[in-house]
Amino acid sequence: MTDRHAGSGLKSRGTKTLQDMNYEAPTSVEAAVAALAAADDEAHIFAGGTDLLVQLREEMIRPSLFVDIKRIIETRTITVDDTHVRIGAAVTGAELSEHDTAKTLLPGVVEAVELIGSAQVQGRATVGGNLCNASPAADSVPALIAAGAVAQIAGPNGLRVVAVEDLLAGPSRTNLSGNEFVVSLDIPKPTTRSADAYLRFIPRTEMDIAVVGAGAAVTLDADGICTASRLALGAVAPTARLVPAAAMAMIGKKIDDTVLASVAAAARDACNPIDDKRGTVAFRIHVAGVLAIRAVKIAIERAEAK
Amino acid sequence: MARHLINAMVNGDRVEFVCGTGQTLLDVLRGELHLTGTKNGCGTGDCGACTVVLNGRPINACLVLGAEVDGSEIETIEGMAQGGELHPLQQKFLDHAALQCGICTPGILKMAQAYLETNPDPTETEVRFALAGNLCRCTGYDKIVRAVLDAAAEMRASET
Amino acid sequence: MNEIKTPRGGSNYQWVGKNTPRPDGVDKVTGRARYGDDMIVPGMLHGKILRSPHAHAKILSIDTSKAEALDGVKAVVTSADIPDHPMAQPPYPPIVNDFHDISRNVMAREKVLYDGHAVAAVAAISEEIARDAIKLIKVEYKVLQHILDPREAAQPDAVVLHEDLFTYGVEPKPTKPSNIFRVMHGERGDLNAGFAEADLVIEREFSSQPVHQGYIEPMACIASTSEDGTVELWTSTQGHFVQRTLLSKLLNMEMAKIRVTASEIGGGFGGKTTVYAEPLAIRLSQKTGRPVRMTMTRSEVFRATGPTVGSKTRIKVGMKKDGTITAGEAEIWYQAGAFKGSPIGRAVDTFFSPYTVANCKAAAYDVCVNRPKVAAYRAPGATMACYPMESVVNELAKELGLDPVEVRLKNAVKEGDESLMGTKHGRIGLVEVLEAVKEHPHYKAPLGDNEGRGFAVGYWLHGGGLSSAAVNLMDDGTLGVATGNPDIGGSRSSMRAMAAEELGVNVELLKPIIADTGSLGFSYLTAGSRTTFATGMAVVNATREVIDKLRALAAKKWDIPVEDVRWDAGQAIATDNYKDIKPLSLKELAGMATSMGGPVAGHSEINASGQGATFCAQLVDVEIDPDTGFTSTKRHTVFQDAGRAISPDYVEGQMQGGAVQGIGWALNEEYIYDDKARLQNTGFLDYRMPVASDVPMIDTVIIEVPNPNHPYGVRGVGEPPLVSGPAAVANAVENAIGQTMSDLPLSPPKILAALHAQAAGDD
Repeated sequence: MTDRHAGSGLKSRGTKTLQDMNYEAPTSVEAAVAALAAADDEAHIFAGGTDLLVQLREEMIRPSLFVDIKRIIETRTITVDDTHVRIGAAVTGAELSEHDTAKTLLPGVVEAVELIGSAQVQGRATVGGNLCNASPAADSVPALIAAGAVAQIAGPNGLRVVAVEDLLAGPSRTNLSGNEFVVSLDIPKPTTRSADAYLRFIPRTEMDIAVVGAGAAVTLDADGICTASRLALGAVAPTARLVPAAAMAMIGKKIDDTVLASVAAAARDACNPIDDKRGTVAFRIHVAGVLAIRAVKIAIERAEAK
Repeated sequence: MARHLINAMVNGDRVEFVCGTGQTLLDVLRGELHLTGTKNGCGTGDCGACTVVLNGRPINACLVLGAEVDGSEIETIEGMAQGGELHPLQQKFLDHAALQCGICTPGILKMAQAYLETNPDPTETEVRFALAGNLCRCTGYDKIVRAVLDAAAEMRASET
Repeated sequence: MNEIKTPRGGSNYQWVGKNTPRPDGVDKVTGRARYGDDMIVPGMLHGKILRSPHAHAKILSIDTSKAEALDGVKAVVTSADIPDHPMAQPPYPPIVNDFHDISRNVMAREKVLYDGHAVAAVAAISEEIARDAIKLIKVEYKVLQHILDPREAAQPDAVVLHEDLFTYGVEPKPTKPSNIFRVMHGERGDLNAGFAEADLVIEREFSSQPVHQGYIEPMACIASTSEDGTVELWTSTQGHFVQRTLLSKLLNMEMAKIRVTASEIGGGFGGKTTVYAEPLAIRLSQKTGRPVRMTMTRSEVFRATGPTVGSKTRIKVGMKKDGTITAGEAEIWYQAGAFKGSPIGRAVDTFFSPYTVANCKAAAYDVCVNRPKVAAYRAPGATMACYPMESVVNELAKELGLDPVEVRLKNAVKEGDESLMGTKHGRIGLVEVLEAVKEHPHYKAPLGDNEGRGFAVGYWLHGGGLSSAAVNLMDDGTLGVATGNPDIGGSRSSMRAMAAEELGVNVELLKPIIADTGSLGFSYLTAGSRTTFATGMAVVNATREVIDKLRALAAKKWDIPVEDVRWDAGQAIATDNYKDIKPLSLKELAGMATSMGGPVAGHSEINASGQGATFCAQLVDVEIDPDTGFTSTKRHTVFQDAGRAISPDYVEGQMQGGAVQGIGWALNEEYIYDDKARLQNTGFLDYRMPVASDVPMIDTVIIEVPNPNHPYGVRGVGEPPLVSGPAAVANAVENAIGQTMSDLPLSPPKILAALHAQAAGDD
């Protein structure tokens, strides 16, 4: 489910012919980096393919090379240690939703990933792909930002770590260099009375790209006072964005309707959307506030239930 | 020209084919293996007409490269009826008039078959969401949903 | 589920009205059925079309040399390969097939007129090479100003698409070219007197956007030509005989040399009633001497094949306190797309036709704009006119404190009344449909918070026309039933049921097929809900001819006059005068036929008429999320007069499918263009057709008021549900939010904006 006509940030349309295109499936991170290094700048990392193959079909890209990262063990595994949940970049939505621990610890991230496309797309679409396709409307991204995810990036100089909100440069653009790719995402393990949630608005019940997305994470103390919070919005600006003002409105308070109204106002202030085939500026701004409130409420319910 | 020699199991048969990088699994099934029961409705993963089961999961064959499936197992609509007997889903689709033009039917049958393996006793709403990736423009879905629910009931009964 | 009301006469039919097995069913659940893109021919090439990125531009030059030089490319065609034709001249029929336009629509000639307009096509040894090749064709354009809105395009100073198009049917004859091809009118009574008589008059404006038929199978065909000038064409079409006619005239070829076989068809809904890639495939095949297959991508389907019209409407209706509609006046502008020929006559006929409005007037304008040429879509031209009228009638009823169904009953047309275009109704079932609505539990069921119920009724006059059928008896007593109408939704079942009913034998003894154009008399499109009516009648005739021949055979065998042989329950029976003669079964007669005179077959070629009108009413409940404007459809019941439901399950299926298309049209489907008039939603992702989780079960009530002009009482079934569907859904939305809405689709941003405007007004 690619966000077609997403913007001008796609790699150049390319002059390659379909007949010239190649495919490699390295089995190690190092081999993948080497394959990228050896290729020209029209090589693409290939994971689930649910965005790239649409872009190929719609003549939006003409890659010289697909580097399939699904045969690399690090991209394909979910691990949980004392501090973090690590999700391989090529883990599919279906695999993530079958991972009971991930689902229990990070319900918001998992439900965001589950919203990407149909059951068939879920069998292929990956967390890393949804992130690196860099659609402003990508469902997983606000949830990952709210949960505090950082990306493990492999490149010629080894691994580096970048917060998800800092990875995105604009519609269809990331801050990855041509020889780098995301290997996995590390998300801090929520503490007790800490939980996340994600909601999006689409005009149908399924099979649409988010018109607005809202991811929320909250931590409550024993008295129900919010001690930490992150709210992130999707599809209301060139990239998914963190809304610090919304967090400020919640931290140190018991979250009542007045606080929620401030959260909504902060969310709406953070919007810089466009009119397009999926929604209007006014609609997006209003609904951003609505979904911010709803997502925070769900996160609070979940935190309280712990 | 980049060509790839691929070995895979399709409906239990070992097959070998050569494909270009740009050819999708759908192109290969239809164009190289002549298994035209898997339909091409959009080529972009939005209609589900090309649903097949790849290594146990339902996927859109238009969103998989042929080059990727070396060593994989693939099940298509052509393998659904076994030994001259229709699968219960196929029979219930006929009994409930759950198809009109029939172009979406192979994809819906494969999706429903895969779904019922994970959830043998679904509600109407669950069936509707499970089939949300399969567009049907003719039926309004009513009879499709009834057929899937009825087939599920029959399959549960025959299990016990 | 399958509630059937039969106000007049029951039936003791054995097959008609029963759910008989579908002859093509097993092939369709096993993947064996072959659709347009499923034909594989040895040596075939792959065709691909280059399309315009501009909505309106002059073509300065086309350079195909690099594409032709690419290894694996076998031929390139442009408009130079398609014969030109003079413009059609008046008087114009209701549907104009102007080959001047068709030749330019299949391949742009002087100008491109919409985003996606074909400008060149290639044939290559692989699809990949064909895709690479079209990128090597260089086209120089001079971009011109474009126009998308029909009412703006109808203004005298608007940019003109066709310098040679002068509005037809207005006096004095225009001297300046215009985008308006013609205006159609209907009028009766005294409008001023009618409005003066009314206690309440409401005047409003409405609009609707083009929506696509949305069939899941893209256009696909394969053409194979021979050096002797013959053409074989395999294609997914709603009418292969019509294709033959169009291709023969367009390409200046003899009809008999074009043999068209209809593949199984993956949906059409009116969209597959003309030619698109077929003439290009034929030309490419002629140039290469090899079969050429052409299959459109989904984005090509959206950009370049007919959606239905978008519209602008102004309507004014007057009503008395007792609910009598005293007068109605409507004007509607239809977007024909790049070439003339939108279904404006149907608009004029639709507005007021369910009602006995004494004074009314309607005018409809056929306007060219820079969009793809429209094609028929399930009751073409009716839906956009039904919606404004039904919306205003509901508003009048509400304002006057009247029940919306009682208002319709008060004004309902009956036998002997006339539609505005002059159709005099025979026995019709509007009153029975409305009574069924009143009796249904849905009508008075309670509603929850943020819910609203909508009601609308729609009128549709079906098609009749040319149909052919042949019934061939085989030696073993089985029969082939051949018709020339592609079966989109189960018509082979109905053909077989009617033939089996006539013969009095088991349906399983009959094998229905769709014959190619070389094997049967002309058969018009599978369109206009005409097949079960018209082609069914031809099948009944052909079967009766077989029966007559079998009676004659039995008479010969028994050496008695044929008048003394009757046919009953699958056998020839001598009259009571011949007590010793034992009946001869169909099977026995079939076995002796060849030795007693020759094979037995029947055929029929007819021009069917008397199809009559059908009415379909719908009740819809929706719930609106007041914070987001999201609409969910909670309950939906469709009431329709089917005349006689030959295959009730498939009649229900038509009603349910039409209802869900109506939900899509009302809520989310639309063509969205950017400021350069390039289509933005070229796929199913953003062209939002309903998915399974969007809709509830669709309840149906089939009313049977038999059509006296058909042997089994059949009326058409497929189209009426889409006439009233969008109006019923839109009305439900209005009732849920307590505000009138007038621009389809009622997508969430529009509903939310209306709610906010309402809240601002309340403050």
